[in-house]
Amino acid sequence: MSRKYKIPKATQESTASRVFLLWIPLILFLVFLLFPFYWTFVTSIKSDAELHSLTVSYWPAQPTFQAYEHLFGQFNFLHPMKNSLIVALITTIVSLTVSTLAAYSFSRFCFAGRKPLMVLFLTNNMFPNVLLLIPLFTIMRQIKLLYTPWALVLSYTTFTIPFSVWLMNGYLNDIPMALEEAAMIDGANRAKAFIKVILPVLLPCLLATGVYIFMQSWNEYTFAVLFTNEKNRTIPVALKMLVGQLGVQWDLITAGGIITVIPVCIMFFFAQKRLVAGLTAGAVKG
Amino acid sequence: MELKSRRKRFNIYPYLLLAPALIIMLSVVIVPIFNAFNMSFMNYNLTRPNKMGYNNFGNYVKMLNDSDFTGALWRTVVWVVFGVGGQFLFGFMLALILNKYFRGRGVARAVSLIPWVTPGVLIALMWSWMFDGNYGVINDLLMKLHLIDDKIAYLARKDTAMPSVIITIIWQGIPFFALMILAGLQGIPGDLYEAAAIDGATGIQKLFYVTIPSLRNTIFVTTMLRVIWVANSVDVIFNMTNGGPANSTQTLAVYVYKKASSLDMGYASAMAIALMLVLLVAAIPYLKSTFAEKGA
Repeated sequence: MSRKYKIPKATQESTASRVFLLWIPLILFLVFLLFPFYWTFVTSIKSDAELHSLTVSYWPAQPTFQAYEHLFGQFNFLHPMKNSLIVALITTIVSLTVSTLAAYSFSRFCFAGRKPLMVLFLTNNMFPNVLLLIPLFTIMRQIKLLYTPWALVLSYTTFTIPFSVWLMNGYLNDIPMALEEAAMIDGANRAKAFIKVILPVLLPCLLATGVYIFMQSWNEYTFAVLFTNEKNRTIPVALKMLVGQLGVQWDLITAGGIITVIPVCIMFFFAQKRLVAGLTAGAVKG
Repeated sequence: MELKSRRKRFNIYPYLLLAPALIIMLSVVIVPIFNAFNMSFMNYNLTRPNKMGYNNFGNYVKMLNDSDFTGALWRTVVWVVFGVGGQFLFGFMLALILNKYFRGRGVARAVSLIPWVTPGVLIALMWSWMFDGNYGVINDLLMKLHLIDDKIAYLARKDTAMPSVIITIIWQGIPFFALMILAGLQGIPGDLYEAAAIDGATGIQKLFYVTIPSLRNTIFVTTMLRVIWVANSVDVIFNMTNGGPANSTQTLAVYVYKKASSLDMGYASAMAIALMLVLLVAAIPYLKSTFAEKGA
């Protein structure tokens, strides 16, 4: 199709409108969104005296990493980090495995009950967490799983599985069936076709979904605070514990906060593109 | 979507593939929901195990006469309307900005999503520290800008606590809205803008007559997801104000959570079911579209 008229290009915008409609609002947004992290970091490297001085300083006069030393020494922050890692890894592996199988089933087969089952998975996020938390607490207590990592893993699957099924179903629908059909004509059975043909194409999507599940379990607080004790408490609970032992220790909390978000941010940046594509596909297509 | 593998023979394969996910969902979601439903008709306080038993709708009667419950219900509405409303408004603005061409756009897009991947507890603690009455940076900034004269203890005052937690939840939710709307913006065919430009439409007119109508579905789905999410969220309020001062930030989800933490499971279940019903009613249009389009 030939175009008879000029397309208004971004480069044709006037400098004034670039400044007022792009740069100024963009900078304001980024400052608003990122300032809390800057502030958290600055707080974590302030000395105690500077922290509780009535004049607020925007960069510490004498930066110190004492809070980090205390956090890992006296407060043994590695322990909750290890607990969080265990819970997040197990949750990710379990959810990813069962969700991929379920999503493959939804995406590739037509069977009686397919529609109601899909709706069951899609509407799952309607149930308030607090509603699930109450019976899960009593059940975990009865089957003696309370205060073990499994109590958290099982509770987290209540939201990670439905979500991953939905996400993986979207990714799988984008992979043409012709791909595995070709393999099956060549004599491979369905399982083999899935492993040899689909899985390699799906791998980046699996990683993106895995990162999302990991993030959710790493960050979760409401279940964690009720379902853990001193031995297996996860990072979010440990962070909150720093409030109120000896007043609020803001340098320790902020240091812990920085340590907590860094791994998640790194993982997120690698998975970001595909994850966002998968998340938005459903909502945009409708 | 094409379904070529449709066969007349009964095929057990899809059911086998679904089985693990279904079994887990059945045991951690469906059975517990029935459990909670059952508990909601009982005196079920774990601190008083010998007094358990059905109480003839006692929890529901108690709920209707509990001014803390009705207050919490009302505050949930305020929390959701302003929280989600703010997230939408600013998320939309951010999406429009990030949809323009500029150097460093990829980085700006990725970086602006960070609040979304930050744990709720940490968000609550970071903002509590910034809102702090004595050493808080927000007081310092506002005083430097001469917007206030005296320091304010935001989270300790009845009139400022709710706005403070709402600002926090808005901050947390802007990225999600922005990324959904941005995806929607990228899906609008350029022809529509060209046609509007030929007809002499101004920027504002394009926004209202092209952009917003094209995004209707995206906005609708995203808002629905967020309403459910924000209404159910506990961690931000719980860790910033614990529902206080004088219950002024106690939403229904927070109230239920506190009741459950004090092991009064019967009453907590009844209120959690009430919360679910409220959300269900609010989400009817969303559910309808889910049944109509996605289930096909």
